[in-house]
Amino acid sequence: MNRQQKPMIYSLTFFILLATFVFAKPEQADAFSNQVIQQGAVGEDVIELQARLKHIGFYNGKIDGVFGWGTYWALRNFQYEFGMEIDGLAGQSTKDKLTKATEYDEQKVKQEMNGTQATPSGGNERESTPTGSVNVPQGYSNNDIQLMANAVYGEARGEPYEGQVAVAAVILNRLNSPLFPDTLSGVIFEPRAFTAVADGQIWLEPNEKAREAVLDAINGWDPSGNALYYFNPDTATSGWIWTRPQIKTIGKHIFCS
Amino acid sequence: MYRWITIGLLTVALISVSIWGYQTNKQKNDLYVQAENEYQRSFHELTYHMDVLNDQIATSLAMDSPEKLSPQFVDIWRVSSNAHANAGELPMGLLPIHKTEQFLAELGDFTYQTAIRNLDDDPLTDEETEQLQEFYRQSGEIRDELREAQHVALNNDLKWMDVEQALLNTDSQKDNEIVNSFQTVEDSFDNYAKGSTENTTISTDTKEHSYKNLPGDELTEEAAIKEAAKIFGKESETDWSITKSGDGAVTPMYSISYEENGVRGYVDLTVKGGHPLHLLVSRDVNEKQLSLNEGYEIAADYLSELGFDEMQLFQSSEYDQIGVYSFLYEDNGVRVFSDAVEVKVALDNGDVTGLTANNYFKNHVDRDIPEPAVSEEEARDAVNPNVTIQENHLAVIENNQGEEILTYEFLGTMDDATYRIFINAETGEEERVEKMTDAEINYDAVI
Repeated sequence: MNRQQKPMIYSLTFFILLATFVFAKPEQADAFSNQVIQQGAVGEDVIELQARLKHIGFYNGKIDGVFGWGTYWALRNFQYEFGMEIDGLAGQSTKDKLTKATEYDEQKVKQEMNGTQATPSGGNERESTPTGSVNVPQGYSNNDIQLMANAVYGEARGEPYEGQVAVAAVILNRLNSPLFPDTLSGVIFEPRAFTAVADGQIWLEPNEKAREAVLDAINGWDPSGNALYYFNPDTATSGWIWTRPQIKTIGKHIFCS
Repeated sequence: MYRWITIGLLTVALISVSIWGYQTNKQKNDLYVQAENEYQRSFHELTYHMDVLNDQIATSLAMDSPEKLSPQFVDIWRVSSNAHANAGELPMGLLPIHKTEQFLAELGDFTYQTAIRNLDDDPLTDEETEQLQEFYRQSGEIRDELREAQHVALNNDLKWMDVEQALLNTDSQKDNEIVNSFQTVEDSFDNYAKGSTENTTISTDTKEHSYKNLPGDELTEEAAIKEAAKIFGKESETDWSITKSGDGAVTPMYSISYEENGVRGYVDLTVKGGHPLHLLVSRDVNEKQLSLNEGYEIAADYLSELGFDEMQLFQSSEYDQIGVYSFLYEDNGVRVFSDAVEVKVALDNGDVTGLTANNYFKNHVDRDIPEPAVSEEEARDAVNPNVTIQENHLAVIENNQGEEILTYEFLGTMDDATYRIFINAETGEEERVEKMTDAEINYDAVI
């Protein structure tokens, strides 16, 4: 008896497993995960949120997977129309209401998203970034960030992380200072302002750390203590830099005002 | 026989090397000339613009009617902005250039402020006329200095590329005439800086005031390390390094850091009271496990643990696997924009990886916020009727003069764009309008 049952159990388990693989995925995919979605979020849930809001006519922007202002207003208006608490957060009750009131065809939406962009080539799938857009800090473009990351990497790649943030902060402090040009590129490419620009090291490919340092500086971190200048005491070429009041030393750089 | 072949080969080699050498040298010279011409253009444009500015300021002094004065100021402002860009293209570290840049920034601010004002109702004050005369004097001085340098440079065929070389080799003290005619910043930078701050009536840098909110006693190094350990949640075995800030710091602070298991922590603590100004934890962040909203809960808890009360979420954004949250202090329902605190949370395991409370400690005081003199309805009417108002708050912001003012903050939409509009709650005037930056197309995914 026992012997006969075992294969039964095996095959049963096999079928259950198979069933899970075959059926679980589509089932999961057209329902929200259980996170509360808030402004600034990125990813699959946001795509679904936007698609559902669009389906019901509250959202008329592009479905890009980034919870920006357009999505925020659409969600708030949805909450208002359906007599819910208007908080601009997609919590459980909001998601339930939305799921009931709308339809979401994931495949179709994804196809449309890919259609508007040049379709990513088959072998080069980017699972981690399914979104058509990225968050950028208020007042900056992604290319600004890239340019600054280049400068920071060229100037301070061997420095501790806070030293890299500090260099990025100096660039931003110069941008706000009357003594320096008024544009990011003006500040970075001012002759003799940065050695990495002069010797071409600014064109090295920056790493993720440099980019993160730039974002931190833009978001308000300034370990330089509001410095306008910095120099490496071992290689400093001009004497007057020593006359500036020094704020602090981070790694190999002395920051001054 | 072999000899002739060798000679032949060597001759060919010699000729090709010569040609190659000639071409390389020519290319180098071409680039040199091109770079030099860029400098020359910037310099001559700058001197030209200073000429124009000097004339225009003089003209504005002689003008009397507001209908003429406003456009004149607009023109000065435009030229000063162009000249500022020229100055930024010349090698940094020459005194007159430095001086010129500061002058141009001040002049630009002044003319902009006066040009946008209704001079019919609100004519130039005596101080402003005085300021304008001072600008006239300064512009004359700078113009003369630049003209002299320009004359020397033209007469002696001087090259800006050599200036760069001369500035680089300060050890050998090469004699360079442009540099000499200019005096390097080294000699008299401080003299100028002292002289200029006195005669400036408008401060362009409003952010630089001392810290208003640093309660507590001065900390010793040991006490500061203890405080840092508490903030990072570290045991005493951690190997800390600590340095104290120098004379240039606005407020004295300790910079404390540690490094273990690939994690680097850094914090700036004020000497007085041991308050954290900037905190950063750097490590590799793994795959995202938490939502932005869960990260927000962590950030909010973290702030109340550190003793920041009444902080409300203002903005949140997800960058890669990191959530960045911006909080504003709320004073009885009024959002205070200058008391901002930012927190960074790694969304892999929910660790707080950053805090910046610099603005909070710099600006936060117990405020006596008045009741708005203008009603919300009146303020709404002051907003462009094409903007659909979606959300509103009372808010304290800093105006262009750096004073804190009470405003109605309206968030509204027009077509696809979202705007933040501040209406002064005292006067009902529109203080500021900002367009909110939207998410940007992910070009990495497109290409």
